[in-house]
Amino acid sequence: MELAFIIEKFALVILIFVVTLVIAMYSTLAERKVAGFMQDRYGPDRAGPFGMLQPLCDGGKFFFKEEIIPAGAHKALFILGPTIAIITACISSAVIPWGRDLTIAGRVVPLQVADINVGILYVFGVVALGVYGIMLGGWASNNKFSLMGAVRAASQSISYEIAMGLSIIAMLMVTQTLSLREIVEQQAGFNWNIWVQPLGFLIFCTCAFAECNRVPFDLPECETELIGGYHTEYSSMKLGLYMFSEYINMFVSSAVMVTLYFGGYNFPFIDSLGLSPNLLAILGMVIFFLKIFAFIFFFMWIRWTLPRFRYDQLMNLGWKMLIPLSIANIVLTGVITIVKDTFF
Amino acid sequence: MQSLSNRKKVLEQKPLNFWERIYLPAVFKGLTITLRHFFKRIPTIKYPEQKRPYSKNFRGQHSLKRDEQGRERCTACGLCALSCPAEAITMISAERKKGEEILYREEKYAAVYEINMLRCIFCGLCEEACPKEAIYLDGPHVQPEYLRKDFIYGKDKLVEPKFEIND
Repeated sequence: MELAFIIEKFALVILIFVVTLVIAMYSTLAERKVAGFMQDRYGPDRAGPFGMLQPLCDGGKFFFKEEIIPAGAHKALFILGPTIAIITACISSAVIPWGRDLTIAGRVVPLQVADINVGILYVFGVVALGVYGIMLGGWASNNKFSLMGAVRAASQSISYEIAMGLSIIAMLMVTQTLSLREIVEQQAGFNWNIWVQPLGFLIFCTCAFAECNRVPFDLPECETELIGGYHTEYSSMKLGLYMFSEYINMFVSSAVMVTLYFGGYNFPFIDSLGLSPNLLAILGMVIFFLKIFAFIFFFMWIRWTLPRFRYDQLMNLGWKMLIPLSIANIVLTGVITIVKDTFF
Repeated sequence: MQSLSNRKKVLEQKPLNFWERIYLPAVFKGLTITLRHFFKRIPTIKYPEQKRPYSKNFRGQHSLKRDEQGRERCTACGLCALSCPAEAITMISAERKKGEEILYREEKYAAVYEINMLRCIFCGLCEEACPKEAIYLDGPHVQPEYLRKDFIYGKDKLVEPKFEIND
């Protein structure tokens, strides 16, 4: 390991970390703004121009709130809950390719922290760990509602991870690789995987909503039934960390969806622009972020449109519709691939 | 049972058909509705910066008027206090001394004139009762205060400021 490599990776990690946190911060504002506009009102607009300072005020408020650990709570696990939630949310973006390689002073710098050959499995593993944060926090709170929320979160994420994994298998049959960078490179120009795997995308997207605990699958928190669910007993920055991890998860799952199905940093006519490779890399990154923001907007749009599922509806949808559908998708993909290989 | 109003509507719950069961058409329908609202004009009035215009007959804070020579019109007859349904008005009258003719129009005047703005219901009956056209509810909103006692307005706040007579 040379020093330049370590410096380069370190800088990239810090940069991505900061960008992730800033996006998560402004997602909270964007969420309230989107909610406002969809309900015919302005969102928060008092702090700074267009309310741009609102996330800073909220963050500051979180830090200055009194921190309460309930008397009956398991103290260590109570603190561990939000810690795990935020850590898993932050590290899941490590394998996402943010752009093409940059060339700085004759050195090729890939805009990706780790190009591991099991990229997509890594994301799955980390996201699956994320539910431990919610489960531990909910259980350690020593509160009925929190426990209910935790149990719901666990069963929901288990049910939807199956369908999610199955929808990815069909994708992998097409791409023949697990590495996210290679998957993106295959989608050069307009050859996005969404044209090949529309059903798979639909299943993946639905499951991503469920994994992020977003409406209409926000049963672990649902304010109206469980008074906040797993974070009922949390206050101060620990609550802030839970909310933050939720928004980071939203950002990362948007990034994964764009990477897998919407061509990542590719956009049509990328190579006919005649720009220098470095400029193209940066332009690709900007496009990638625009696609991610579009998905984040879609997450919020859905949130302010659909009501929450009932628990049995959630389970029916997961087990009786999405899993059979994704299996059918695998079979269909296999058949089409064989037909294509033998006849064309 | 037979409906008397003739507006009875029997609702029957049919089992969902295929398109309803896969939710997606309904989801897209909902999404278009929320998107339409997203681009709609927002009716909010941002209060401190934008204000709604008052109506022409808006009844706000009272003012005690002066006549054309700048003298106080009020003669402390007490009709406004008597007419007040909220009992918000109280006054102490005094007799006009020699040399005070430029200050008070009538021989009797209100030495103390207090309106409790927390009691006042801004009905305008004092305005109607006044025989001297001395009180009008033509001011702005009553300003917020921290203490209850500050809402009892005396003559310092009620009497309209002296104006220059240009003859």
